[in-house]
Amino acid sequence: MAENTEYLKPKTNSQIKNTELLRFTTAGSVDDGKSTLIGRLLYDSKSIFEDQYELIREVSERRGEEGVNLALLTDGLKSEREQGITIDVAYRYFATPKRKFIIADTPGHIQYTRNMVTGASTANVALVLIDARQGVVEQTRRHAIIASLLQIPHLVICINKMDLVGYSEKVYEEIKEDFEGFASKLDVADVHFIPISALNGDNVVNRSTNMAWYEGSTLMYYLENVHIGSDHNLIDARFPIQYVVRPYSDEYHDYRGYAGRVAGGIFKKGDEVMLLPSGFTTKIAKIDTYDGELEEAFPPMSVTVHIEDDYDLSRGDMIVRVNNTPEVTQDLEVMICWFSERPLQPNGKYTIMHTTQEARCVVKDVRYKLDINSLHRNLEDRNIRMNDIARIVLRTTKPLFVDKYYRNRTTGSIILIDEATNNTVGAGMVI
Amino acid sequence: MVNPNEKIPSVEQKMANKKTDYQLSYLKELEAESIFIIREVAAQFEKPVLMFSGGKDSILMTHLAMKAFYPARIPFPLLHVDTGHNFPEAITFRDELVERLGVKLIVGDVQKYIDEGKLVDEKGYSASRNALQIPVLLEELEKGKFDAALGGARRDEEKARAKERFFSHRDEFGQWDPKNQRPELWNLFNGKKNFGEHFRIFPISNWTELDVWQYLHVENVPLPSVYYAHKRVVFERDGVLLAHNEFTPRRPEEELKEMMVRCRTMGDMTCTGVWESDADTMEKIIQEVATTRTTERGARADDKRSETAMEDRKKKGYF
Repeated sequence: MAENTEYLKPKTNSQIKNTELLRFTTAGSVDDGKSTLIGRLLYDSKSIFEDQYELIREVSERRGEEGVNLALLTDGLKSEREQGITIDVAYRYFATPKRKFIIADTPGHIQYTRNMVTGASTANVALVLIDARQGVVEQTRRHAIIASLLQIPHLVICINKMDLVGYSEKVYEEIKEDFEGFASKLDVADVHFIPISALNGDNVVNRSTNMAWYEGSTLMYYLENVHIGSDHNLIDARFPIQYVVRPYSDEYHDYRGYAGRVAGGIFKKGDEVMLLPSGFTTKIAKIDTYDGELEEAFPPMSVTVHIEDDYDLSRGDMIVRVNNTPEVTQDLEVMICWFSERPLQPNGKYTIMHTTQEARCVVKDVRYKLDINSLHRNLEDRNIRMNDIARIVLRTTKPLFVDKYYRNRTTGSIILIDEATNNTVGAGMVI
Repeated sequence: MVNPNEKIPSVEQKMANKKTDYQLSYLKELEAESIFIIREVAAQFEKPVLMFSGGKDSILMTHLAMKAFYPARIPFPLLHVDTGHNFPEAITFRDELVERLGVKLIVGDVQKYIDEGKLVDEKGYSASRNALQIPVLLEELEKGKFDAALGGARRDEEKARAKERFFSHRDEFGQWDPKNQRPELWNLFNGKKNFGEHFRIFPISNWTELDVWQYLHVENVPLPSVYYAHKRVVFERDGVLLAHNEFTPRRPEEELKEMMVRCRTMGDMTCTGVWESDADTMEKIIQEVATTRTTERGARADDKRSETAMEDRKKKGYF
């Protein structure tokens, strides 16, 4: 293949300003070519170093494999390499002149649902692989359902191993139609299909010459150009206070700034705002950073906000816009994914974390368990075990300031912590 | 965009699209994420400490921490485990940085532990004090009653680190259990622990080597001189160039020569390879890093000991 030197040029300062960060998640099993695809993206974008490549070439040879197994690049831990599977979420990085990419690479089997959910929680794009010989299978549906539940804004379906079905347009169209029929039941805004061969590189980075009938973009082109500018909620202004900055120095004697990360909307100097939980209103006096004052702040910026009146705010409080407030409530309906070997305890008490707030809560009810392969609501079996997804009702010890998850992934998400082990046992999305 | 499936945007989406500049650059987004994590540590833990090695990643960490709490001082001390085998330039730089930031510096002195008979130096030509850092680090963390230790490790450095969390739980022996890690979702970080346990925190997990260099350049962050190309007396061992120094015994066949070199990573002189280079400015370094075809840890003799060297050291408490 011709050396693509464009990937090897460092960025100029203006390129740095225009380079965006895109996070995507993949899920898949050993055989559907997921690791090969990731290896291909890294290799063709020159993100694999010679010593890494040399190492996996040696290992492939030692194991008597045919050619260099690019999949070896993504198997991290000793135990994983021994078993030949990925158990955990692994993070991979590559960059092109247009974007920096973070891949959350997760295993695809049902017993790793929790890992898929973890990888999906911060992703802009979900990459779902379909083996062209097999078409839409249970695992495909599961990945798409998780992407939809976690509200990943963009779904790209890679129909892989096209080389093994003679690059047939008919096969591609049939799979596409099949998936679209199923996807109409899901809540996914943007679905895109690409026929590829990860092994041979067709339509991954370089355009395939084997599928003249396909007029869409390559996977890399899609990843570089998909519009992610509106993935954040820029409407509902939400600023959870994370930390109070008080210098205690002579120079900044009266300085009292509220540090945090904008979770939604746009805050401007002079904006009239409401403070939660008190409900008092005031104005934004200034938005401060080390690099100077800002006129406005938007997600996901980390800034320090000052207010005009002398109210005493602390961690867990929230600054919002007057007339656009989150729900202030102690009763939550959430879709929960269970992470722990110890099942969810009906009436059990847990620590709940939401934005920068922490409280305790009790499980009031289990409404139903969701079959992650079919979306069927199981009303009979309410035993929630590891990797199950269920709709539950929680009552918290103090009010939380929540939005529905589909409006805002930051102010609409919670985790539950077991008070005995301190482990994170559940991840929930507010309905 | 080539997306025939795109649905008609809602009014809200249109409003959001109207101004397209509500999008951070990737470096600003990485910075915002790291600052969020660093502030989360100050909020959730009683006694954090920043592990400072003197290298570019820990210099980046101090820069981000300074930004996170500005105009207040960084609300935790720096901890340097000093093997006594550092590049002298790194120690000078460290002391000036501490002065500038107005933070407290704690030094875990490996030599002192050896003198007191608590530790024994490795023997032989490739002896390194890398492994000796672990007990000193753990004892210093215990002595200071630190419950969170911030470090500048990155996931792109090494395959065991690719699975590391931002908030990494350590048991009372300081061990990492890769199979039993807490899931991390959204921006919710669970720092809860039992008495005697602590956390390692890695705010720059998502940065790559090139990201670090680009950022240090854009932000004009000063670095120790050894990162820039300079003349140095070196010798070659196992394909790696090592700086000639009083702590590394040479084999008779290992000849000294003077070359233009620079450090890509900085650890002990005994195990950090230097790199033939004429990159004496930040621009040239970035150019070099962007076109380099080997990993930065490729020059670290400590990682070459076995295929799982890093994973094994991390399980014991290395950061």
